[in-house]
Amino acid sequence: MLQTKDLAFSYDENVRFQFPDFSCQSAENCLLLGQSGSGKTTLLHLLGGMLTPKEGSIIVNDQDITKLSAAQLDRFRGQNIGIVFQKSHFVRALNVEENLMLAQQLANIRPDKTRIQTLLDRLNVGHKLKAKTDTLSIGEQQRVAIARALVNQPTVILADEPTSALDDINCDEVIALLEEEARKVGSTLLVVTHDNRLKEKFSNKILLHSQQTA
Amino acid sequence: MNIFQISWKNIINKPLNATLSLVLFALGVGLISLLFLLNQQIEEKFDKNLAGIDLVVGAKGSPLQLILSSMYHIDAPTGNISLKAARPFLNPKHPLIGMAIPISLGDNYKGHRIVGTTPKILELYDNVQIEQGRIWENVFEVVIGKVVAEKLDLQLGSKFYGSHGLIDDENLVHDDIDAFKVVGILEGNGSVIDQLVLTANQTVWAVHDHEGSDSDTTHHEDHAHAIDLSIPLSEYPDKDITSLLIKFKSRNFQTLNMPRSINENTDMQAATPAIEINRVYSMIGDGEEALRYLAFIIIFVSGLSIFISLFSSLRERRYELALMRVMGASPSKLFLLIVLEGIILAFIGYLIGILLSHAGMSIFAAQMEETYRYSFSGWEFMKEEAYLLFGALAVGFIAAILPAIQASNTDISTTLSEG
Repeated sequence: MLQTKDLAFSYDENVRFQFPDFSCQSAENCLLLGQSGSGKTTLLHLLGGMLTPKEGSIIVNDQDITKLSAAQLDRFRGQNIGIVFQKSHFVRALNVEENLMLAQQLANIRPDKTRIQTLLDRLNVGHKLKAKTDTLSIGEQQRVAIARALVNQPTVILADEPTSALDDINCDEVIALLEEEARKVGSTLLVVTHDNRLKEKFSNKILLHSQQTA
Repeated sequence: MNIFQISWKNIINKPLNATLSLVLFALGVGLISLLFLLNQQIEEKFDKNLAGIDLVVGAKGSPLQLILSSMYHIDAPTGNISLKAARPFLNPKHPLIGMAIPISLGDNYKGHRIVGTTPKILELYDNVQIEQGRIWENVFEVVIGKVVAEKLDLQLGSKFYGSHGLIDDENLVHDDIDAFKVVGILEGNGSVIDQLVLTANQTVWAVHDHEGSDSDTTHHEDHAHAIDLSIPLSEYPDKDITSLLIKFKSRNFQTLNMPRSINENTDMQAATPAIEINRVYSMIGDGEEALRYLAFIIIFVSGLSIFISLFSSLRERRYELALMRVMGASPSKLFLLIVLEGIILAFIGYLIGILLSHAGMSIFAAQMEETYRYSFSGWEFMKEEAYLLFGALAVGFIAAILPAIQASNTDISTTLSEG
């Protein structure tokens, strides 16, 4: 479960973001919709523990992550939060399997090759196990990135504009995939997007207006 | 997938960058290690062959040449001295001289010098023992060093003709006189004596007195046996020897003045090995120092190359470093990742360098043995090489430290927003 309260962030004295309170229950899928400049990415980074808020609290799985030390936060993030970025990036020197093993290892979870293979198979990229990531197509890269976000069975999956570069058919497919996988591992899925096509697919929607105040 | 493996994969993912750094590193380390090896082995050989000799007395000329020819058997002798002049030193009752060993040079067998001397010479070289056979009792009987026996496949009873001069030359073989007969083979002791053919001074005289005469074979049978080795050398005042190796009873004020008095008052010169060898060291030392600076510059450049390749790779790996942070890696883990890359490169470069230097040394060793008649070894390792390892790792670490700090400071949010 994911919950925020009085969340505010500022890059400097002139730009301040005030975010609405919201909550997403366990195994619930939420959509965070907002236009460019509304602080979507900032909010995603706050939720993912990559930025520290100025005020307020973020509760992930009963833990207020704003109260964690830097080291605790690193560990917590690795174990509890899976992030799918808009553009897929990997450690280039490693192949698909090794990239996923890295995700497990960095989160202090025992590398589990069987789990990796099963996950990749389910996402239809099982045959790319030993491939270098830069030989994959964009679609394959995104699937592997989803697999990486899921591999540690996180409490929360954050997806940043996962569909912005996709056509309608692929868009549906990816969202379906995310929802299905999130359900299988029992995670809360939060999709952050400006893509209006997704509006219909989620019941729990959070609208992010331009909250930027000078 | 531990951090070490990731570092390793990152290195081999950029083989060209890695190769450049490795080649430079290996060159630098190899050169330094080779200098160490050469220096150590040369000094070791020189020191061992000093054999406690305090003074060398021979014909006037270059003192270094006298030392090199009479003790190290490298250079040509400065000339001969008459036994008449040398007689005082051969007197066993001399108050200062503990041991005086006459040396007669002039011939070689296949590049190994035939040295006319007395059996006492064995005492100089750590009391080297005769492994097989006995000491010479007659002229034309020889005792050979271990290396001579092995290289030229000589056994007890083998016979051979020496050739004139100190360099192997088939045209100058003394085949008109008696053959030398091997009566003894020395145990190996790592000094120059392993490379020599030892015989009585009288043998050398017999060979050379005979030169130019065209008498028949029966003549030199008589000739050879006409010389009685029990007669002390001092009884032949009209004969010559090349030099005398002198060991004092003890060093004191008088022995200190002896070289000067010989140089000023006689036709001979006295050279002190320790002084001359130190001159050699200081001559070698200058060249070595220049090479050593060169090697340090190469190592510096290789460190720079590691630094540059890591730093430039950070630009393209910015995103994946941020990603690793997202996946739970702490800043110190990223620091370690980059530092390890530098250290791994340095370590492999070090290994290749050491391998190169030792392989180079074995090639050198073969060549040096031809020229200098010393056996060197390519596969002797030294503690300096362990220090060199720490030095190399330190260079790798220092080269990687700035990139590593930058990597550990990767700001996840900013980097990922750029992505």
